[in-house]
Amino acid sequence: MKRVIALLMENQPGALSRVVGLFSQRGYNIETLIVAPTSDPTLSRLTMTTNGDEKVVQQITKQLDKLIDVVTVSDLGESDFVERELMLVKFDKNSIASYEIEKFEGKVVFEDNEIINLQFVGEPDKLDKLVESLNTKEPLEIVRSGSSGISSNSKTLTI
Amino acid sequence: MSKTKTSGGDALIQSLHKEGVELVFGYPGGAALHIYDALFNQSEVEHILVRHEQGAVHAADGYARSTGKPGVALVTSGPGATNAITGLATAFMDSTPVVVISGQVKSELIGTDSFQETDMIGVSRPIVKHSFLVQKAEDIPEIVKKAFHIATTGRPGPVVIDVPKDLTDPNHTFEFNYPNEINMRSYKPAKVGDPKQIKEAVDLILEAKKPVIYSGGGVIQDNASAELTELAKLLQFPITNTLMGLGAFPGTDPQFLGMLGMHGTYEANMAMHNTDLIIAVGARFDDRITNDPKQFALGAKKIHIDVDPASLSKIINVDVPVVGSAKECLSALIVELNKQKIDTNKLEPWLKQIKEWRNEHGLNHSMLDVVPDNGKILPQQVIQSLYKETEGKAFITSDVGQHQMFAAQYYFFDKPRQWINSGGLGTMGFGLPSAMGVQFAFPKDTVACVTGEGSIQMCIQELSTCFQYGLPIKIINLNNAALGMVKQWQDMQYGGRHSASTYENSLPDFCALSESYGHVGIKVTKLDELESAMKECISLKDKLVFLDVDVDPDEHVYPMLEAGNAMDFMHLSKDKKTW
Repeated sequence: MKRVIALLMENQPGALSRVVGLFSQRGYNIETLIVAPTSDPTLSRLTMTTNGDEKVVQQITKQLDKLIDVVTVSDLGESDFVERELMLVKFDKNSIASYEIEKFEGKVVFEDNEIINLQFVGEPDKLDKLVESLNTKEPLEIVRSGSSGISSNSKTLTI
Repeated sequence: MSKTKTSGGDALIQSLHKEGVELVFGYPGGAALHIYDALFNQSEVEHILVRHEQGAVHAADGYARSTGKPGVALVTSGPGATNAITGLATAFMDSTPVVVISGQVKSELIGTDSFQETDMIGVSRPIVKHSFLVQKAEDIPEIVKKAFHIATTGRPGPVVIDVPKDLTDPNHTFEFNYPNEINMRSYKPAKVGDPKQIKEAVDLILEAKKPVIYSGGGVIQDNASAELTELAKLLQFPITNTLMGLGAFPGTDPQFLGMLGMHGTYEANMAMHNTDLIIAVGARFDDRITNDPKQFALGAKKIHIDVDPASLSKIINVDVPVVGSAKECLSALIVELNKQKIDTNKLEPWLKQIKEWRNEHGLNHSMLDVVPDNGKILPQQVIQSLYKETEGKAFITSDVGQHQMFAAQYYFFDKPRQWINSGGLGTMGFGLPSAMGVQFAFPKDTVACVTGEGSIQMCIQELSTCFQYGLPIKIINLNNAALGMVKQWQDMQYGGRHSASTYENSLPDFCALSESYGHVGIKVTKLDELESAMKECISLKDKLVFLDVDVDPDEHVYPMLEAGNAMDFMHLSKDKKTW
């Protein structure tokens, strides 16, 4: 089962490698991982998606929490949450028509005589389906950011 | 008050002094030379020169395990750092408070593949509790404070401080301020257990008819032996210890079942398999204990007290998890139980059953009376002779293999921190250097290193350190001229094919070797010489004695759990098993 885990960690060198290292060390899978500093520049927020049953996810969150650099961890799936992913797609100008872009709800973020870059934002599952459709149009390149998530109740991930 | 200015090197040593560090085990080299110069200029922190960095970390570890205080090792960059890795992994697996300071190449050279450069932070990452790469000399005091705090609190563990050479340069000075306390928002180890969980534990305890207490190294780490003993006495529950937990409850007490697990006693393993309540304290249900986790103690409720939340329900699901320090949680449990009426009579049938198991297949603790038909000395007899001669009071360190298991089975440890061995990682070569750490901490006590001719050769260079510092360690070498535990497995599982487990007559004369290092060597080949030789060995108070005993090379360690089964599947001898 896919799970989304969010955590805050000290924004310092080596912290990310400890988180990533933990996954290979303990045999867990990382499907996606996304990390950036928060508005408090001493902290970074990391969102990752992983696969595993309840017991595995519990172990993962406990082991993450045990890392000295990790300040707080949350398994977002424990309550309602919103998950979004950013996808950028590059097309040869001639391979996609503007009505198709509109149909797929894409946003043009760059355009010249040869190339057009589109931006899509959505739930990862929807982007998966979209990729299937877009592939018929022979895109030159597709880049996905990995999932970011936020709980949709009053609970916040803060220190 | 005006402050004197210090260099990073001086600040590092002064910080160690502020932490109460008296001894540092180490080995100098280029990137650590400023630090060594800072050591030279003071007398508060004594440096012990080992002969290999692995020895330095094991010695620091032995010091830590025997005293409860953090042990410190100092190594240089590159090979110095990588040689320390086995020591770090050993300390990590057994959760011991060790701080390793490694010199690093100058900041500007990091990442350039410069001479003696190794990414120590990267290499050590999976085997440390935490690590620091110092980036500013001024940060050294705070980093040292944090390192010792992390190493010694919660579930203890090793911490690395990697210090680039330019940051200890005597030409760069700053005002030294050592923080009085440290507050880390990301690190708050649990202390007191949840009162609700403690109450639930009490309910299970009062219901139990066939209980067993299973305690591990966490009790010793947390200095909770008194509380554990009080609990066991209050409840009259039988108690077993893991390899790491021996000494937490007196080994000579009739309530004690001996060690459990792979080479645990018959009665301990049978009790674990048939119990209706396990109270696990500071133990982690590892694979050397549970055998097949799917078949582990199926009829038992389980209470698990541990300071590390990640240890709870990691391998075995427990009914009542209690997160907190062993000492605090046991005290809270005792307080609650004292409010209850405790009926120990209902345990009678269970205690009778355990007694029967013990009579049936318990260990023979009168092995010295046995005269084997083949005239060879049994390794168990050597341990019993050592026990007798030291009156059970010695610190015993061990290496890894059959001798380790015989020592764990046949020496009764009545006190915590008396038994020091590499349980988790199983590091051959640990015995002698860890004994050095113990002997430095307890110069007047008898410290014996039980080893084998395989393990002792993995850190034998430390015999030179022992001579330099006059350490009168007693090395008890159970010499079976083979890698005994490997050979035992080959006998039992590989049709007796002894692949690479014997030396083809290439062993040195250990007595002559020890004598060349300035020590005393005593060779024993006959059983009737054993006790007098042991007496002589132990009585030479100011000398390191290498007692080299030829033991029966065909002896196996039993009981032994049959892999992939429940805990009641045991080999009891070469031709007897429980199933």
